[in-house]
Amino acid sequence: MSSALSTKGLQKRFGSLVVAQDIAIELPHGVRYALIGPNGAGKTTLINLLTGMVRPDAGSILLGDADITALSAQTRVKRGLVRTFQINTLFPQLNALESVTLAVLEREGTSGIWWRRLPVHRDAIDEAFGILRSLGLADQCHRPTREMAYGEQRLVEIALALATKPRVLLLDEPAAGVPKEESAGLFTAIAGLSDALTILFIEHDMDVVFRFASRIIVMVSGRILVEGTPAEIAVDPRVREVYLGGVQHD
Amino acid sequence: MSIQANNPHQILSAGLGWTRLEIIFWLALLLPFVLTPSYLSLASQIAITALFAVSLDLILGYAGIVSMGHAAFFGLGAYTAGLISKAGWGEPLTGLVIAAALAALVGYGMSFIIARFRHLALIMITLGLGLLLHEAANSASWLTGGADGLQGVKIRPLFETFKFDLYGTTAYAYSLAGLFLMFLIARRLIHSPFGLALRGIRENWTRMPAIGADSQAHIRKIYTVSAAIAGVAGALLAQTTETVSLEVLSFQRSADVLVILILGGAGRLYGGIIGAIIYMVARDQFSGVNPQYWYFWIGLLLIAVVILLPNGILGGLSRLTVRWGGTWR
Amino acid sequence: MLGSLVGVLFDGFAYGMLLFLLSVGLSVTLGMMNFVNLAHCSFAMVGGYVTVTLINDLGWPFLATLPIAFLAAAIVSIALERTLFRRLYRATDLDQCLLTIGIVFVSVAVAAYFYGTIQQPINTPAYLRGTVTVLGMTVGAYRLFLIGVSLAVTAILVAALEYTRFGAQVRAAVDNQRMARGLGIDVDRAFALTFALGGGLAGLGGALAIEIIGLDPSFGFTYLIYVLIVVAVGGLGSIGGSFAAATVIGISDMAGKYYFPELGAFVIYLVMVVILMWRPLGLFGRR
Repeated sequence: MSSALSTKGLQKRFGSLVVAQDIAIELPHGVRYALIGPNGAGKTTLINLLTGMVRPDAGSILLGDADITALSAQTRVKRGLVRTFQINTLFPQLNALESVTLAVLEREGTSGIWWRRLPVHRDAIDEAFGILRSLGLADQCHRPTREMAYGEQRLVEIALALATKPRVLLLDEPAAGVPKEESAGLFTAIAGLSDALTILFIEHDMDVVFRFASRIIVMVSGRILVEGTPAEIAVDPRVREVYLGGVQHD
Repeated sequence: MSIQANNPHQILSAGLGWTRLEIIFWLALLLPFVLTPSYLSLASQIAITALFAVSLDLILGYAGIVSMGHAAFFGLGAYTAGLISKAGWGEPLTGLVIAAALAALVGYGMSFIIARFRHLALIMITLGLGLLLHEAANSASWLTGGADGLQGVKIRPLFETFKFDLYGTTAYAYSLAGLFLMFLIARRLIHSPFGLALRGIRENWTRMPAIGADSQAHIRKIYTVSAAIAGVAGALLAQTTETVSLEVLSFQRSADVLVILILGGAGRLYGGIIGAIIYMVARDQFSGVNPQYWYFWIGLLLIAVVILLPNGILGGLSRLTVRWGGTWR
Repeated sequence: MLGSLVGVLFDGFAYGMLLFLLSVGLSVTLGMMNFVNLAHCSFAMVGGYVTVTLINDLGWPFLATLPIAFLAAAIVSIALERTLFRRLYRATDLDQCLLTIGIVFVSVAVAAYFYGTIQQPINTPAYLRGTVTVLGMTVGAYRLFLIGVSLAVTAILVAALEYTRFGAQVRAAVDNQRMARGLGIDVDRAFALTFALGGGLAGLGGALAIEIIGLDPSFGFTYLIYVLIVVAVGGLGSIGGSFAAATVIGISDMAGKYYFPELGAFVIYLVMVVILMWRPLGLFGRR
C-alpha cells in the first residue's frame, strides 16, 4: 500500500539560504508523526512546501499516488491535505460556528450559493457544530473568535482544518502559546481524532512529542537528520548532539 | 441578547429576519410623496446615490476590496442607458436591464485584474482604471458628447403610462423601486453562504485557501454583481434626469460614494442608504449657502469619522443600541 | 521635426523633474511606513501659495521665497504627521486613504477661501523669462533653471542618504523596519524627519510648479494622480526609481500631449495600469 503523503528530493532556497535540501519523507496512513528540530531547521518551511504556500525549486510531492507538486494551495486542501498555523490565523469577527460552517461549505462547494439563506443549509451547520462540540467548544461557538480565549482559538484552528475533512493533517505547533497544563488537553483532543487521519505535527515540548507521536522526524538546517520511533530517537547520538551540543544550529 | 448558545441554527439565524425598525424605515421612504412633494427630484437622486453606495458596500464592506474607481460602472450604466435611448430605444425598464448587463460584463472582465491584487496596488489600479475610462469618454466625444455631456436623451413613459415629469413623482417612485429591488437582492446575498464566504475574505484573505476556498472566484463574482448594481444606479440617473454628463465617470463621484459609505458605515447594508440620505440632504442645504466650501466640511467629517468613529454612523449607533439591549443591522 | 522632438524631450524632462520633486517624499515615506498619504500634493500646494503670497503681497524676490516654501510645507507636514497620521500607521490602507482624502478636501476648500478658485499669477524674475541657447539648442530659461534645481536637490538627497548617519537610518528603516528598530534606530523620529523633508520637497515643487503648470485650489487633486503614478511606477521607497519614473512619465506625457492631443491623459493612465499589472510593486520595487 502506498503512503498517505510522501516527498522526493524536495529543494528550496531563499537567496543563498538553503531552507530545504533533498527532503524525502514517507508518511504511512494513520500514523502520528512528530516533526522536531531546533529553531530555523526548516520545519514550517517544509509544511509551507507540502501545502503549496511556497513553491519548491525541485522535487515532488505525492498525496497518495497523485503528484500534487503543481497544484494550488486550495486544490490541495480539496484533495485532503490540510494544515493549521503556528500563529492563529482565524476570521476575527466571525464567530466560531460561522467560521467552521464556512469551511464545511467550501468543502461541499456550496459557498458560491447566494440565493438561499445560510440557515437553510442545516446539514452543514450541524456538521460544523458537531466538530466544535467534539473539541469542547459547543457553548463558545456563538462568540466572535477574536473574543475567545487563546487556547480556544487554537482549537478553532483545528476545527477549521477538520471541517475540510482532511486525509493528511499538518499541525504547525498546535499548542504554541498555550499554557503547559492546557496543552495536554489539546493534544488529547488531537489524539482522539479518527485513526484514518494521518497527522504530522511540529512541537517543541519533548514530553508531548514522546507521548503522542508514534514516529518522529528530526530536521536540522533544512535536512532530515533522522527518522524513527520515539524509542530510537531518544537514544540516537546525533539527536543528542543537536539538542545538547548543537548551539551552532540555533 | 438571548441567543441559545447550544442551538447552532438559532445562532446563525440571529438577525436575519426583518425587524420592525427596517419595515418602518422603508415605509418612511414613501413619506416624501406626501410631505415634501417639491423635493421629489432630490429624493430620486438620493435613492440613486444610495443604490450606488449599496453596490460599493458589497465589495468594500463585505469582501473588503477597496475601490477608488467605482464610478466607472456607474458611468457605464448611465452612458449605456443614455445612448440606447438616444438611438431610439427609450423604454426605461429594458434600458435598465441592458445597462446592468453591460456594466456586469465589463465588471466581470475587470474582476480578473482586481482579484489578483491587494493593498496599494489595488487602490492604484482601481483609481487608474477609473481615470482611464473617464479619459476615454472625454476623448470619444463623437459618442459621449465629451465635456458637454450627452444631449438628446429621451425616455418613454414608465409602462407607457407614467411620464417622467418635472416634479419627479415618477422619477422617485422608479428610483425607489429600483433601490428596493436591488436592496432585496443584496440583502439575500449577504445572508447566503456566499455572503459568509465574502466576510471570510474580508476577515482573513490569506486563510481562505487553507480551508479550500477559491477566493479569487468569489471576488470575481461579487465584483461582477457590484458592477451590475452600480450600472443600474447610473442608468436610473440617466433615465430620470434625461442627461448624462462626464461627471458620472469622475474620480469625484468615486470619492463621494466612498465617503457616503464610510460615513454611514461600511458592511452594514443600511450604511450606504443612511449615508446617502445624510450626505445628499446636507449638501442640498449647504450648497445654497456656500457651494464652494461643502468639501471643507466633508473633509473634516471624514477625518473625524476615521479618527473617532471607525464604523461609521451606524457603527456608532449600534454600539449605543447594544448597550440598550437592541440590535440594528 | 527633429527640432520639435528635442524640444519635447527637453520640456518633458523639465516636467519630469517637477514630478520628481513633487513625488520623491511620498515614495520614501510610503516605503518606510506603508502609509498611503493622498494629501501629499496638498503640501505642495502650501509651498505654492506661500510663494505666491510672498511675491505678490510682500514683494519678495522669487528665489528668496523658495526656501520659505520648503520650510512652510515641511512644518505643515510634520504638524499633521504628529497630530493625525501617526494614529493610523497600523490602520488599514482604506482608513489611511480616507483620512488623507479628508485633508485634501479641507485644503482645497481653505485655498479657495483665501485665494479664490482662479489660477494664481506670479511674476518670475526677468532672468528666468524667455529663452537661452545651450549647446546650439534654444530652450526655455525657466525650464533650464528647474532642471538645475532638481538635479541639485537629487544630488544632495542621494549624497545625504548615502553618506550621513541619518541617511543610513532611513535606508535601514525602508529596508526592514522591524530590524531597524531591533538595531536601536528610532524609526518614529527618523520617519517624522523624512516626512517633513518629503513634505518640504513637495512644497518646493509646488512653488516651482506655478510657472509651468499653474496653481489653483484643485492642485491637490489634479497632481496627486500624477504623483501617485510616479510613485507606483517607480516603486516604493526608491529615489532612483522615482527619478526614472518621473522622467519617463514627464516625457511621455509631454510627447502624448504634443503628438496626440486628442488622447489627453489617456496614455499616461494606460501606462500606469499596464505597468502595475505587470509589476504590482513598481518597476524598481523590491518587496
